Amino acid sequence: MYDVVIIGAGVIGSSVARFLTRYKANICVVERTEDVCNGTSKANSGIVHAGFDAPEGSLMAKYNLMGNRMMPDLAGELDFPFEQNGSLVVCLDKDDLPKLQRLYERGVKNGVKELELVDEKRLRELEPNIGPNAVAALWAPTGGIVCPFGLTIALAENAADNGAEFMLNTKVLSLTRSADDTWTVSTDKGELVTRAVVNAAGVYADFFHNMVSESKIHIAARRGDYMLLDRSAAGFIRHTIFQLPDKLGKGVLISPTLHGNTIVGPTAVDIDDKEGTNTTAEGLADVARKALDAVDKLPLRQVITSFAGLRAHEDGHEFIIGWVKDAEGFFDCAGIESPGLASSPAIGLCVSDMIAERLHLHRNPDFKGERKGILDPKKLSITERNALIKSNPAYGRVVCRCETVTEGEILDAIHRSLGARSLDAVKRRTRAGMGRCQSGFCSPRVMEILSRELGVDMAKITKCGKGSELIEGLTKDDFTGETL
Amino acid sequence: MNYDIVVIGGGPAGLAAAVAAFDAGVRDILILERDDELGGILNQCIHNGFGLHTFKEELTGPEYAARFIQKVKDRGITYMLNTMVLELTKDRHVIAMNRENGVMDIEAKAVILAMGCRERARGALNIPGFRPAGIYSAGTAQRLVNMEGFMPGREVVILGSGDIGLIMARRMTLEGAKVKLVAELMPYSGGLKRNIVQCLDDFNIPLLLSHTVVDVRGKERVEGVTIAQVDERLKPIAGTEKYYPCDTLLLSCGLIPENELSRDMGVLMNPVTNGPVVNESFETSVSGVFAAGNALHVHDLVDYVSEEAGFAGVHAAGFVLDGCKDEHRSEIRVELSGGARYAVPSSIDPKFVPNGVTIRFRVGQVMKDRKVCVYLDGEKVSERKRRIMAPGEMEQVVLTGAVLAAHKGIGSILIAVEEE
Repeated sequence: MYDVVIIGAGVIGSSVARFLTRYKANICVVERTEDVCNGTSKANSGIVHAGFDAPEGSLMAKYNLMGNRMMPDLAGELDFPFEQNGSLVVCLDKDDLPKLQRLYERGVKNGVKELELVDEKRLRELEPNIGPNAVAALWAPTGGIVCPFGLTIALAENAADNGAEFMLNTKVLSLTRSADDTWTVSTDKGELVTRAVVNAAGVYADFFHNMVSESKIHIAARRGDYMLLDRSAAGFIRHTIFQLPDKLGKGVLISPTLHGNTIVGPTAVDIDDKEGTNTTAEGLADVARKALDAVDKLPLRQVITSFAGLRAHEDGHEFIIGWVKDAEGFFDCAGIESPGLASSPAIGLCVSDMIAERLHLHRNPDFKGERKGILDPKKLSITERNALIKSNPAYGRVVCRCETVTEGEILDAIHRSLGARSLDAVKRRTRAGMGRCQSGFCSPRVMEILSRELGVDMAKITKCGKGSELIEGLTKDDFTGETL
Repeated sequence: MNYDIVVIGGGPAGLAAAVAAFDAGVRDILILERDDELGGILNQCIHNGFGLHTFKEELTGPEYAARFIQKVKDRGITYMLNTMVLELTKDRHVIAMNRENGVMDIEAKAVILAMGCRERARGALNIPGFRPAGIYSAGTAQRLVNMEGFMPGREVVILGSGDIGLIMARRMTLEGAKVKLVAELMPYSGGLKRNIVQCLDDFNIPLLLSHTVVDVRGKERVEGVTIAQVDERLKPIAGTEKYYPCDTLLLSCGLIPENELSRDMGVLMNPVTNGPVVNESFETSVSGVFAAGNALHVHDLVDYVSEEAGFAGVHAAGFVLDGCKDEHRSEIRVELSGGARYAVPSSIDPKFVPNGVTIRFRVGQVMKDRKVCVYLDGEKVSERKRRIMAPGEMEQVVLTGAVLAAHKGIGSILIAVEEE
């Protein structure tokens, strides 16, 4: 029997699992896809918000602020890329200055430190390439950027290394409360019995909540289209640039990423399809238009990829975090949209404490909070790098040209805890295929390595799990797929 | 480590440059190749049609490559495989890495940039829709099919009519796949006429000009694409959408010279070609650094790659043997008019090319009944009729040694595309 079953291995499920492993507990994370960090957590802006957006006194404000403060230490402990690059909310119209003022006041009330209203001159010093419409800005030096894959995978790996089980490719079908105060979680891989269930199912959190509670919630999939610019555009902007928020969200932002790309987006469109991660022509055009409002010379021609993510937007636009009243032992982490990524460490910490208290869990004396990420040889000196290659020549073979990723890094990604099983999983862990050629050159090589290391036939290697097989067989196969 | 000449890339350009430099008297040459064999992209081009100019016979890509690889081996030129160049410095240090040697700092008297090109990816085209498996650039598919024996899919739509896309339309058909159509955004094809005839027409594969992909369906694997017609501004026309079920989308939408190393070392780039700006000696703005092949500008025919790279090799050898002659330079810019978008080389000092020079260029749109004229100091020295000119076909003019000798001290060179 488990103490806690967590539905969903996104950043929230992984964070709750990681902080729960500080306690002695049997933990199982159930994830329907083939990898952790595969839903909303993989397709978002990657921003550690300073915390001035959320209404005063809201859970969003509370967890955002706390998460923002936890992030630097956590990045050190878990070895994931994070940087406090500072963010600017740019005001593009003099008439909107009162809105900027209100945002500032809200931020101060929320407890955001070092927040400052800056005039046009100072704004242009901070961000020389800002467009001509900008008249003032809200400057938040505590705003940051994080690699969303890096953060989520680090949390999940550390949870796994501390004993949490992860059941991937496993779909939760139903939840039933038994007379003995336990839950039976029925999955397509069998039944799990547990004392508590954590609902961290992202856009599907309403589905599981409504399965056990009479007090219904509704979560809309709010789609956001993004574009990513090549590293050759690096340095064009230095900070995360927001425009004044509107009723659908924080609007289109432009931000450097930790790997030297520039991310532009998102749009905000509510859709019915919880799987609707397709970009649209209108969405991408909208992103481009709005981005140019703030930074008119942004080199959008350097786009290397575009993608869409779904925010788990709860109708009340507030995090729903807590035990569900009419479903004893069922804990909701629902409606976690922006600032969800920034809040994730705080949510993990607080939720794990609440669960530990209810279940009377004891501290885990063997908990190891430190984790080493995949070694990046580019950060080594030449002497260190040569020593590494000597001991493991795979670090001398470059597989991904654009991002200079070596075979050594890919092998590490495959063989560590919760190792990569697909092309996209390798990409999220190592950046192989993330560059300007978008895996044109390296995908056959990575497929080969996956096939060899996992002992799986090439025809079974996938882009992102079952159904996304990359090749259809051998050239000498006949039409039925059987070898002649 | 020290070498007289380091050649970055062991494809057709790198091989030809190394051979020519050797034959011009330099012995100490190193070719660095990132793949596990020499020959570059030719190794996956198993169709024929290579070498008509160079060898006066029709060879396949691997056969063409083999001839140059043999020349390299006959001359005992050193090469390293599976070796990635990480950085080039302005003073010609080549930082490279492989499994055996780790990170190497190689000092070169001259460097030849021959990194080739890459394909424009789906992301750069802003094609909306899902991002499933089954979307390949044509060259990646070509490698999978021809070198590794894997079929990327069975029902294929191709976007872009670049040469690799056309070749792959035929190749996939011969391997038993159904190629439903080739859609081309522009009102003309980006590939060679002969490839349209031999790869599409001969197999009844339709080519839809002024069409593009406006949606990709399928979350895990491609299930189909929607194709729409575009207007003169290349915007999709509402109401013209048509859905084609397929499991594979191949992209052949342009090639981009690979010049990250060149840019990082400060080489001046031509924004039209995305390759370095070079003079008549194929020397870049950085002294002692030469460029050739598709890293310089994207070619249609490998024969011209070999030829240009040969000149780059000879001039690199001259730089090593005779030293830098920058102080004696007086370059004349090649001026263009009437639709030529760029010229390679873009400037010429006649005294360094006593045997003449070939200038290659492309036009920006399809043009009919033109003549290509060359003016030296306003005097027309050559004229050639062109019934049809297209962006997909590289053009050239030759300034012979005799013409240059007869026009000593000229101040201007103009290539004019004129109406007949």
